[in-house]
Amino acid sequence: MNLPPVTGNPPVATPYFFYGLAAIMVIGGILVITRKNAVHSALALITTLLAQAALYLMLYAPFVAGVQIILYAGGIMVLFLFVIMLISIERAEKERQFNKQWLVGIAAAGALGGLFIAVYTTVTRTGSGQASTIFPSVGRDWYVEGQNTQGIASLLFDQHSGTYMFAFEIASLLLLVAIIGAVVMAKKRI
Amino acid sequence: MHDFVQYVESYLGSDKTPGAAGNIFWATVYVLLVFVGLSIAVIAMNWLERKILAHMQVRLGPMRVGPHGLLQPIADALKLLLKEDIIPDGADKVVFWVAPFIVVLAAFTVFVVVPFGPTHAITDMNIGILFMLGVSSLSVLGIVTAGWASNSHYPLIGALRSSAQMVSYEVAMGLAVVSAILMTSLGSKDGTLSMIEIVQRQQEQGVWFLFKFFPLGIIAFAIFAVAMVAETNRAPFDLPEAESELTAGFHTEYSGFRWSLFFLAEYSAMIAVSSIAVTLWLGGWLRPFPNLLHGATWDLAFSFIPGLTFLFLGVICFYNTARMPKHPLFKIQTIGLAAFGAVLALIGVVMFIPVVRDRVGDIFWFSAKVAGFMYLYIWYRGTFPRYRFDQLMKVGWKVLLPTGLALLICTALWAMRSEVWAGVIVPVWLGFADLLRRIF
Repeated sequence: MNLPPVTGNPPVATPYFFYGLAAIMVIGGILVITRKNAVHSALALITTLLAQAALYLMLYAPFVAGVQIILYAGGIMVLFLFVIMLISIERAEKERQFNKQWLVGIAAAGALGGLFIAVYTTVTRTGSGQASTIFPSVGRDWYVEGQNTQGIASLLFDQHSGTYMFAFEIASLLLLVAIIGAVVMAKKRI
Repeated sequence: MHDFVQYVESYLGSDKTPGAAGNIFWATVYVLLVFVGLSIAVIAMNWLERKILAHMQVRLGPMRVGPHGLLQPIADALKLLLKEDIIPDGADKVVFWVAPFIVVLAAFTVFVVVPFGPTHAITDMNIGILFMLGVSSLSVLGIVTAGWASNSHYPLIGALRSSAQMVSYEVAMGLAVVSAILMTSLGSKDGTLSMIEIVQRQQEQGVWFLFKFFPLGIIAFAIFAVAMVAETNRAPFDLPEAESELTAGFHTEYSGFRWSLFFLAEYSAMIAVSSIAVTLWLGGWLRPFPNLLHGATWDLAFSFIPGLTFLFLGVICFYNTARMPKHPLFKIQTIGLAAFGAVLALIGVVMFIPVVRDRVGDIFWFSAKVAGFMYLYIWYRGTFPRYRFDQLMKVGWKVLLPTGLALLICTALWAMRSEVWAGVIVPVWLGFADLLRRIF
């Protein structure tokens, strides 16, 4: 489906919004793994997820942002809290926090960060000899925010341009497998 | 200064919401108006609930503070603000402090997309209804954290009940909403999630979605109407704060200002879910019969109704002023009631001015429909006994969820049928009839 590019309004997605949201996400992420109290960790995770939803909004993907809020912040995290609330805090506070894989962790994080930086700064040459990063700063089209949901529906379900239907359904099958696995593990006799 | 005036005036001719037009000044004005209106609605609701409940139980209700207890909500608010703000010793201070604000934020933020009229909304989003459902579902986080942070038994049980209840009923609620959204796609290229467009589609199709695909629309509405009471933790689904079992449920340990935040959030959440129901099924801001009784004369006739309503309320006040006891002790109260009636009548008169009349009509009809739901909430509380927890779960998972699923499938089939009818079934039937004619 070809969405009409907008020429009138410039995007509101200024870098400052991004820096603020990214800072919230990073701080939230750090708090998730450093807090001893599991409820505090969960609340930090919710903050991170909400900031992520705001990032989706900046990328003109309101539908994904809405789904992020409903599913993760509103649904999954509530169930998380539901379980965590029943843990005895006194005992959890006394547990020693340990991490035996910090060397591997640092290596993996460094490699991932290096990869991101490499991709962002690498200059590629297209057939016409034009040099640019894979994120060209000019000539980008931004799309009507008001068509996002309909656009996703077309990509999923349209007879002609719907190319992601199969991948989408496979992903839901994966979730079903996980649910069945959980039931099998929890119940010896079904 | 001149630029500013021009900026302010540039919006006035626009037929878009201030959010869509990108006008920051008017967006701020609308935000303030919605916030003030909502606060007044909550205050009014507080008084009305006590009065109506009392009358249902053949009591008088608040009568002492002001005429017919009209100043009671203000006295309550003062009392709450002056009360000592207690944080329990064993409580988790930060979480205890944050929880009421999460609930209030979630309850108030949803009003960003509530359409009081085609242009009377703060903004219109492509994901309007999704945004409302998502953000209002965040309030459960506040309730759960409030119950947990209190570090006390009753609040914890209340929070557990609340999270289980809200997560379960959200599913049925979502299914009912999806079936209404399916109806928006009929007769046009694609469906819509935008709150304003949902109402406009109802106008285009010439029917409220409540009566669309009879009886499917009504069933979807009924599922939503039950689920929304459970979502807002109101009677008969008020298990999270069941006072006979849990003292006050998740906000037992809260007092003063923080408790009043929970109160505010509960009532504004009730108004929010009622506005979802009004927008999806009851035609939002549309006046009754916008297509059947159309034309300038009918528009004019219906535009008098807001003013007449307020005049009627004013007349009731004057009637009760005349009925006040003639004792000198009641002199101030009598004068107060007369003044209140005069204010209502004045509002009514102002609403007859053509400029105002044209602009408040949609807001009035939307508010009137929402007010109907508010009355239903009070009525439920006055009549239904509270559910037991297992009964609650049974209703949610074994009645509403299967009904919602079946409803969704039926709506989809019916919607498809009306499209397929012309394309497939009629030609097949014509061919069959032709075949019969050839044989005989």
